[in-house]
Amino acid sequence: MINLNQVSFSYNNTPVLHHIDLVVEKGEMVALLGPNGSGKTTLIKLISGVLKPSEGEIRLDGSRLSRLKRREVAQRVAVVPQQFNMPFAFTLREVVFLGRTPFLKTFSDEGKRDYQVVEQTIALIGIEQLKERFFNELSGGERQKAILAMALAQEPKLLLLDEPTAHLDINHQVEILSLVRSLNREQGLTVIGAMHDLNLAALYFNRVILLKQGSIVADGPPEKVLTEESIKEVFSASVQVTQHPVTKSPHIVITPW
Amino acid sequence: MFTRLKQNHRLLVLVVLGAILLFCLIIGAAFGAEAISPLDIVKMTLNKIGLSDFSLSPAWEQRNHETILFMIRLPRVVAGALVGAALAVAGVLFQGLLRNPMADPYIIGTSAGALFGATVARMLPVSLALFGFGLVPIAAFLGALAAVLVVYNLARVGGKTPVVSMLLAGFAVSAMLAAVTFFMVTLSGRTELIHIIYSFLMGSISVSGWDQIILIAPLIVGGIVLARFFAFRLNAFALGEEGAAYVGVNVEREKLLILGLGSLLTASAVSISGLVGFVGLVVPHAMRLVLGPDHRLLLPAAALSGGAFVVIADLFARTVRAPDEIQIGILTALIGAPFFIYLLRRTRREYAF
Repeated sequence: MINLNQVSFSYNNTPVLHHIDLVVEKGEMVALLGPNGSGKTTLIKLISGVLKPSEGEIRLDGSRLSRLKRREVAQRVAVVPQQFNMPFAFTLREVVFLGRTPFLKTFSDEGKRDYQVVEQTIALIGIEQLKERFFNELSGGERQKAILAMALAQEPKLLLLDEPTAHLDINHQVEILSLVRSLNREQGLTVIGAMHDLNLAALYFNRVILLKQGSIVADGPPEKVLTEESIKEVFSASVQVTQHPVTKSPHIVITPW
Repeated sequence: MFTRLKQNHRLLVLVVLGAILLFCLIIGAAFGAEAISPLDIVKMTLNKIGLSDFSLSPAWEQRNHETILFMIRLPRVVAGALVGAALAVAGVLFQGLLRNPMADPYIIGTSAGALFGATVARMLPVSLALFGFGLVPIAAFLGALAAVLVVYNLARVGGKTPVVSMLLAGFAVSAMLAAVTFFMVTLSGRTELIHIIYSFLMGSISVSGWDQIILIAPLIVGGIVLARFFAFRLNAFALGEEGAAYVGVNVEREKLLILGLGSLLTASAVSISGLVGFVGLVVPHAMRLVLGPDHRLLLPAAALSGGAFVVIADLFARTVRAPDEIQIGILTALIGAPFFIYLLRRTRREYAF
C-alpha cells in the first residue's frame, strides 16, 4: 500500500525525520507512537503527500507519491486531522460533502453518487440527527465524527489519523477508534494513526511503531513493542506493563514516585 | 437560525435576486434630472432591441427620453451593476480563500494597487494597445495582483492569514500606494490627472456612453462565470490550506488562480468607478447570513445583489443633492465602515493578539 524508502525530512534545516524505511501493507492498522517532537505528525503529513521528503521517496501502490496529482492522492488517501474550526457557518452535511472534492470535475457540478456517498457515510458514523446543525456549534467529539465522515466520504483506501482523539472525552475516543477498527476489519481499510495514548494504541492497533527523535526504534505487535524498557527509552518514563484484563493486550500503568 | 435551502430552491433564490437587480436597474434609470416612467423604460428598451413596437407619446418627448435613457442613464446603471457585481464577487473570492470575512478588495489593497497601476499607465508618454485593450486596464490588473500578493505574503504567519495582520498589511500597502500615486501625479504637474485621481480615490461611476462598458463588461461577466467554477475548491479552503490539500486541492495553483481572478474583477471595477469601498464586505456578508456559506450559491447571489446594491447607492449619490453628485464611495463608506467595525467587534476573539 505505502512504501517509504530512506525518507528524511527537515523543517528549515532542522532535521525532523532521519532515513525512515517503512512498509505498510493493505489492511494493516498501524499506530505511530512517540513523544511530542518525535516526528509522528510529520510522518503522517509526508504519507498524505502535503509535505515532500527532503530525501528518499514514498510510493503509494507502487507509484511515486510526488508524481501523483493532489486529486489522485485524495481519491485514495484521506486524513483526519486534529481539531479545527470552520471560518463560516457550514452545516455538518456541507462539511462531510467537502470529502467529495477530489471527485468533482472543474466544469461540472456534483452528481447523484456524491450525495449518496455523503448520506451513507453520515449514516455509517451515526450522526444523521446532527447533519443540519452548524459544524462550529457541535461538541468536540461530534466535530471529530464529522471530520471522520468527511474523510470517509473520500472513499479512501488508506486512512491517516493525526491524533484524532486528543482532547476528546473517553466515550468519543472509544467510539471513533471502534468505528475505524470495524472499517479496518470489515472493509480492509488500511489505517495509519499518530497516537498519543499508549493504552488506546495497544487496544485498537495490531502494529505499533515507536518513534524517537525522528527515527524508528521499534516496530511490531503491541505486546512485543510496548515493553517497560522500550517505553523508558523513548519516553524517559518509568512505567509498568501489565495485561489488559479483557483483551490481554499490554496495559501501561504509571507508577507515581 | 436560518434553515438551509434545498437544492431546487437555489435556482429560485437566484431568479428572485435577478428580478430585484432588474427592478433596481429600472428604478435607477427612471430617476434623475428628468424623470422617465419605469413603464416607458421597459417599453423603450424592448423597442430598441426589436422585441416589440410600443408607441409612446408625444413623439418629441419620446425622442428626448430615448436619448437620455440610452446615452446617459442605461450606461450608468449598467456600469453600476457591473462594478457592484465585480466587487462583491472579488470579496467572496478573497474571503473564501483567506478564510477571513473581512477581506474586501478595498481593505486588502487590491483597489489601491489597481489605481496605482492605472495611474502609472496614464502617465506614460506612449499609448500602447494590446488586443484592443489600452494599457491602462492591463496595468490596473497587474497593480491589483501585485498589491494583493504583497499583502498576502506580509500578512501570512505560519501558514495562516490572521485577520489583524491582514488588515494592517492591507492598510499599510493601500496608504503607501495612494501616497505614491498622489506624489507621482503632483510631480507630473498635470492638473487634469489630479482631478481624475481625486475623483477615483473617493469612487464615482463615471462612464460616457457605452464604449468603456463594452470593453469591461466581458471581463467582469466572464470573471464572474469563471469564479463560479471555483465554488467547490473555495468551499474546501474553509478547511484551511492543509485541509484543502487533504481533500485534493492543488493549493498553490488554486490560490494564485483565485487571487488572480479576484484582482481581475477588482481592476475591472476600479477602471470604471475608482475606489468604491466596502461593497465586497457588506454584500457577501449579508448573503452568507441569509443563504449560508456554500460558494455554489454565494458567488452568483453576491454578484446579483452586489449589482443591485451599487445601482441603488449610485441612484442616491446622484439624486440626494441634485443637480450636484455626491461620490458613491462616500455613500458606501458611510454604510460599510460602521458595518466593518461591527464585524471587527463580533469576531474579536479571532483577532486577539
